[in-house]
Order: sequence, then C-alpha cells, then structure tokens
Amino acid sequence: MMEETHLKTTNQPTSPVLLEVTGQEVLTLKLVGRLDATTTGKAWQKALGLLEQEKPQDIVIDAEGMTYCDLSGIGLLLELKRRQMRVGSEIEIRGLRPEFHELLTLFDPMEFDEPESKTDEPFNVPKEVGQATTKVWEDIQALIEFVGEACVALFRVLLNPRQVRWRDTFFVAESAGVNALPIIALISFLIGLIMAFQAAIPMRQFGAEIFVADLIGLSMVRELGPLMTAIVLTGRSGSAFAAELGTMKVNEEIDALTTMGLDPMNFLVVPRMVASLFMTPLLTVFSNLMGVIGGALVLLTLGYPLITYFNEVYAAVTIGDFLGGLVKSFVFGVLVAGVGCLRGLQTKIGPTAVGESTTSAVVGGIVVIVVTDGIFSVIYYYLGI
Amino acid sequence: MNSNQTPIISVQHLITAFGNTVILDNISFDVHPGEVFLIIGPSGCGKSTLIKHMIGLFKPVSGKIFIDGDDIVEAEEDTLQWILRKIGVMYQRGALFGSMSLMENVKLPLEEFTDLPHEAMDLIAMMKLKMVGLKEFRHLMPSELSGGMQKRAAIARAMALDPQILFLDELSAGLDPITSAGLDELVLELTESLGITFVIVTHELPSIYRIADRVIMLDKSVKGIIAMGHPHELREKSDNPYVRRFFNREAG
Repeated sequence: MMEETHLKTTNQPTSPVLLEVTGQEVLTLKLVGRLDATTTGKAWQKALGLLEQEKPQDIVIDAEGMTYCDLSGIGLLLELKRRQMRVGSEIEIRGLRPEFHELLTLFDPMEFDEPESKTDEPFNVPKEVGQATTKVWEDIQALIEFVGEACVALFRVLLNPRQVRWRDTFFVAESAGVNALPIIALISFLIGLIMAFQAAIPMRQFGAEIFVADLIGLSMVRELGPLMTAIVLTGRSGSAFAAELGTMKVNEEIDALTTMGLDPMNFLVVPRMVASLFMTPLLTVFSNLMGVIGGALVLLTLGYPLITYFNEVYAAVTIGDFLGGLVKSFVFGVLVAGVGCLRGLQTKIGPTAVGESTTSAVVGGIVVIVVTDGIFSVIYYYLGI
Repeated sequence: MNSNQTPIISVQHLITAFGNTVILDNISFDVHPGEVFLIIGPSGCGKSTLIKHMIGLFKPVSGKIFIDGDDIVEAEEDTLQWILRKIGVMYQRGALFGSMSLMENVKLPLEEFTDLPHEAMDLIAMMKLKMVGLKEFRHLMPSELSGGMQKRAAIARAMALDPQILFLDELSAGLDPITSAGLDELVLELTESLGITFVIVTHELPSIYRIADRVIMLDKSVKGIIAMGHPHELREKSDNPYVRRFFNREAG
C-alpha cells in the first residue's frame, strides 16, 4: 500500500512554486515541496513567466517549505540569480537548507553565460561545390585503385588457387547465391509473365501473339535475366557485404587483420568476389528460365500449345544471345561484390557509418551495373552479337 | 555507515540463470542510502548480470529486488519506468550516442521526460557536465573523446534526471591509473555533494580501497557472495583465504 501512494506522488507532481507579489519593487517566490527533474519544469515556466510579467526590481526566494531539491532545482535558482545579476538587481534566497545551499555554491551563475562557441559556418556555394567535386574525384580514384588491387588479387588466386579461403567462399556462395534463388526465381517469373501479358494485348490486334515468345526469349536472355539478377544481388548481397565489412572496420577487426600480416583484400574481398563471380551466372540461367516460363503461362492461357511457344523461343534465341548474357552476368557478379566490399572497407567511424556505406553500396552497385550494361549493348551492337 | 537506515536497494533471495545454467544462486544483500557499494569478483562470476537484474533489464528466475521500496521484479512495465527514473546507469563501454554531441547526449533524457523549457535544459545539462568536468568539451562528439572522458560523459548522462542511485558497470576498465583515480575522485565528490548512492562494478584494488564503503565479492564456485564488508575489514578478518589474498595483493 505504501508503495502505491509513493508512486502516485511521483506520478502527479504538485506544483512546487507559489508566487506572491509584495510591493511594487519586490517579488517574493515561495518554493514548496519537492523540486526535482519532473517538477522543476512547471516551476521554471511559472517563475520566469511571472518575472517577465511583473518586471520586479528585486526578488526574494522563500525556500522555507522546500523539502527536496536536486540539480534541476538548483538550476532554477541559478537561472533566477543569473537574470538578476545581468540586470544588476538584487536576489535574496531565504530559508534554503544548508545542504542545498552548498550545492548552489558549487556553481557560479555567470559561468554559464559565455557565448556559445558553436559557430555555424555560413553556407558557401563555391566551397560546397568544390568539396563535392573533390569527393567525386576521390571516389573515382578509390574505385580505380580498388579495381587494380582486386584484379591483382584475383590473378594471384588464379595462378595459385590454394590461396583462396575456400570455406569462406563456399559459405558466401551459399548465403549470397543459393539462398537468393527463390527471390530471383519469383521476380523473373513475374517479369516474364507481366511482359508477356502487356505485349500480348496490343500484338493481338495484328494476330501476332506468337511473337511474344520471341520478345520474352530475347529480352530475358540478352538483357533482363542478367540485369535483374544483378540488381537483386546488389540489394541482397552487395549491401550485406558492405554491412559485414563495415562492422568489421568499425570494430577494428580489419586493422587487426592488417597488423597480423593478413591482407584484407585476400582474406575478405577475394572469397566474396570469387563466390559472386560463380554464382551470378548460375542465378542468371535460372532467371532466364523462369522468365520464359512466365511468358509460357500467358501464351498458354491465350490458347497456344506449349510446344509452339518453346519452338518459337528456340528459333528466336541463338547460343550467341545466351552466351552474351552470361558474359555480362560474370562481369556484373564481380562488380556487385566489388562495390559492396569497397564501400564496406571505406566505412568511417561510428554507428551511422555502416548505414551510409550500405546505402552507397546499393546505389553505387546499381549505377555501375546499368552503366556497364549500356557499354555492353554498344559493344555487342558493333560486334554484331 | 548508515546501517540502521532503511535500505535504498534490497536484493532478496535472487536466483538468476541463462537457459539451464544458474549464474547466481540465492543471493541477498542491502544497499544503504548514500553508500558507495562495490561488486567485485573474477570475470564470468555474474557481476554484470547482477547489475542488469538490478536495473530491470533482465528478469530473475526468482527473488525480489526493491529499489527505494518498490519491487522491480513484479512491477508492471509503466510503473517500472517510473521506478527506473530513480536510477542512472553507466554501461561498460559508455554507450554514448555516437551521432550526438555530449550536450545532446545529456539533454536527451531531459527532453524526453521533463517539461523544462529549452534554455533550462541547456543550463541543467551544462551543470551536469560541469560536475563531471567536461563543460568545455560539450560540443565534441563521443568519438572525439578519450576513454576516461567518455566514462565521465556517460556519468553525466546517467545523472541527467538527478537519480538517487547510479550504477557504474566497470568504472575503471581499460583506463590508466591516473584517469582511474580521477574517476574515483568524481564518485566521492558526487556522493558527498549530491548524496547519490553508487553501485559499482570494478576490478582495480586501489580503486576499491579509495572509494568503497562496502564490498561484496562474488564467486563462480558458490554462484554467490563469498565476502561482504569494508575492504580493510575483509583483508584482516575474512575467514576465506582467497578473499584475504585478494585484498592483500597490493595493499601491503
């Protein structure tokens, strides 16, 4: 029972300040009861509000009835003192218990009066633009440097495959590759289905629904299969790589590796790149297949037999298209893992840093993939593939 | 000291476990108001676990923990929030929010739990930072501080709502003897001027002798308390040879 009442008093604090105005020049503030972190807020507003309103010459604080006062309460007394000192008026504090008075003497009211040293620099357009430009330049430099180092590491691995940490590689291959299969299958199936459906409606007007098979086959195998796989992998694994390596960086694990004489490139980046290099094409093949199946479903509902659809796809898609798509997906795989690892290793200090590098891994990864895809299109066009 | 007052913290027949492993088996003790109460013992004996139970983060298997007369084991979630206002905690690694300056770290509890006007919060936060000697550094970010300063800042944040009890987990871990001595001074100052009760986990023997009013020593073998009392008293009179050896290690 005692606990209950005790809690109630803390729950509903009574206003600890009573105000009295005596005479024209002197304002008497009576502080009553507990003045702690919860109750001081009301008292503060009331006291200072009245001070503004009455604009008295001098203040008397009657602390006779104050039973408890912590640093928040002392803060109020200090603030009142400070206001009075600033305008050169008097303040008298009566009846303050000695233990609270001792607390008050710990602080000098004017010491908190110093101007805030925080100087916000004014917004400077040329400077901001310059900084942003330098940053872009530094980013490109870091990327080139990283690509160089990664290539060297990969070639070294190629010459001596026993250097690769295969256990890690298989682990990454499982988590980034095998476990990504359902989401990639689902997305590719839906893309094939939606594309076929959208294309079938206008093509029907010309009686050309069967050419939906050509459309799906070519666009999935040449473009969308590799591209969708790469984009899903960026979101799924590129971000995971960045977060993993970023957290290691924040926890000084990367520094620990370096001082042990282990190259983080070899130890962390290569397994991820190798895993991604091999898994992305495999997933792309799956993505192609699921897209074509999605298209098949639409044509099936439009009344075409399956065999007609598959014959049409078979006639339209050449082995060159298929291999062209696979070459792309090899490159995408390296890029996704590379950008993810690079951003992870670039992580700065602090808990927000990991978030930043994850974001930039996904954004950077998608940009790099789309740009590379464009380059591939141009090359394939001139090569006649 | 103060042993005839009502205890501010009372732990009664506490049993804690992780899964099937019992960590602390039936321990009881009281902490009196204004006391500097130390929990010591080898790594893995359950010191931090004990603290986490006392601040309501973990629920015990059985037993009661009273803070200022209120049982925090049985308390409902919202009542618990009110009881926990009376305590402040400094975590092992400070746990300052890295994205905020010191000032913002200290102001955060004030902004969330009080209706003080903004200039009042500034003043009160600055008073707290002055108490721990970091007023000049208030605009720095936690990552720009040394280990000792981070602990001081964490103490300032723990003090934001003027708690009656401060829990300090690993007060001097990872600090040099001089910085550690400075923190001991701070603890003594705060308990002297503000009457704060301290519950501290530490390993440093010099620090134990400097600040302790009372010590409990936990041990894995008994899953409980093997010694309780003032360090000098334990050094001379404990009937446990291990305890005597521990307290004699650096004292003589």
